[in-house]
Amino acid sequence: MKKIINDPHDVVPEMVNGMTRAYPQYIEKIEGTEAVVRSDKDSMKGKVGIVSGGGSGHEPTHAGYVGEGMLSAAVCGQVFTSPTPDQIYAAIKAVNQGQGVFLVVKNYSGDVMNFDMAKDLASMDNIPVKSIVVDDDIAVENSLYTQGRRGVAGTIFMHKILGAVAQQGASLDEIDALAHKVLPNIKTIAVALSAATNPEVGKPGFVLKDDEIEYGVGIHSEPGYRREKIKPSKELVEELVGKLNNEMHLDGNKKYACLVNGMGATPLMEQYIFANDVLNKLQEFNIKPSFMKIGNYMTSIDMAGISLTLFEIKDAKWLDYLNYPVKTIAW
Amino acid sequence: MTLTVDTLTTWMSKFAEKVETNKQFLSDLDTPIGDGDHGFNMDRGMKAVEEKLATKPADVTSGFKIIAMALISTVGGASGPLYGTAFLEMAKKSTTTNDIGELLDAALAGIEMRGGAKPGDKTMVDVWNALVPDVKNGTLTENRITEAVAATKDMIARKGRASYLGERSKGHVDPGSQSSGYLFEALLETEGLL
Repeated sequence: MKKIINDPHDVVPEMVNGMTRAYPQYIEKIEGTEAVVRSDKDSMKGKVGIVSGGGSGHEPTHAGYVGEGMLSAAVCGQVFTSPTPDQIYAAIKAVNQGQGVFLVVKNYSGDVMNFDMAKDLASMDNIPVKSIVVDDDIAVENSLYTQGRRGVAGTIFMHKILGAVAQQGASLDEIDALAHKVLPNIKTIAVALSAATNPEVGKPGFVLKDDEIEYGVGIHSEPGYRREKIKPSKELVEELVGKLNNEMHLDGNKKYACLVNGMGATPLMEQYIFANDVLNKLQEFNIKPSFMKIGNYMTSIDMAGISLTLFEIKDAKWLDYLNYPVKTIAW
Repeated sequence: MTLTVDTLTTWMSKFAEKVETNKQFLSDLDTPIGDGDHGFNMDRGMKAVEEKLATKPADVTSGFKIIAMALISTVGGASGPLYGTAFLEMAKKSTTTNDIGELLDAALAGIEMRGGAKPGDKTMVDVWNALVPDVKNGTLTENRITEAVAATKDMIARKGRASYLGERSKGHVDPGSQSSGYLFEALLETEGLL
């Protein structure tokens, strides 16, 4: 293992300190936790709080999306490990303005249990909390750490949409209804070239041969659905868009947002090439994405690979929410 | 059958003692079918509980709450929320009754709700499900506890990380069931409670 760290046990607190100290205009640490909250408290006044979080190692997710117009707070767990309920609850209390708090959770058993428990703690103190569990990864039905499908890169679309409506004053019930309406329209699929190395573990989560790739790998190096020899970008796109098409039935009369996401160790140059091929492939369906992002948004430490998310925009307002201005480190 | 702040404190310190003595054994049970840290995590959690209970809680409800919060903030993984939920549910229930049987009933319902496991899934639910009725009927014995824990050995895991192993989980005692066994042993040994 070759990493720019100090003690592997200090990875999370040192990372959180780095982020909060470098970007005090956006975020600050919640005392006694590894959670961060918006530094601009006025931007939260009278609004429903949006809180997300999960294991660390997916940067800039989640702390990078905290700021006006997006998340109110983010809770950073240990690497690839859910944060504990007391930390999540501290974030809930830090953002609650009396209007309630909405939680965005990625579908992993640990996250679901710990966020649910935080919700219980909040309800004992009469803070209304609702939540959505994002399960956008279409690769496999159940997984090493999951009942049902995993929550991956598409989660940032959920953060963006809910952050925008919360900023515009939506109620907790309205946010809850919108989240459940949006969720089934976000789908993601990935391909990995090499696995991530968790600094506390010291070795990669799995090993692929020099010329091998694996389709459908999760963001914690969970197994995917098929291994084969590396192919040109075009053919990877063929496979991934094909999978998404089976699931979403792509249609030139519909509108889509598209996210090409690097997993941590894949250069932007390759991501742009892949994006070019995605756009060519979508053209065959007469689709030109109404909204597109390319870059490292939901990483898996140093995994090499890419994920592709398509989000069917069923309501023109959703596009406005995606374009709504934010003040964050990373959107 | 009625829990008081004193019997609750004794119950917890006996449980903490058993977990400490057996932390390596619990972690070894967790190695083939989990991630090998159950004993160390529970030990860290119960040490935090002991520290918090050093200041005598005002009543049973706040005692349970203190225990729950100490566990969920230090144990982590799935055991933290599961044990945390058990004690939090007992905290809620204790506002209406301090009957140990009814409290444990509420705890079991909480564990089932949190983890979504049913009897037979090879989880701590199996031990709780077997032993809570014994507590209520006054038939809890050392033997019954040993039997309930050993019964998980031949089950196939259907929940939690061990479920990924399917058939291969057979032949191993479930670590959460073993630690739950210690909790019931500690209860049995708490004088003036059952």
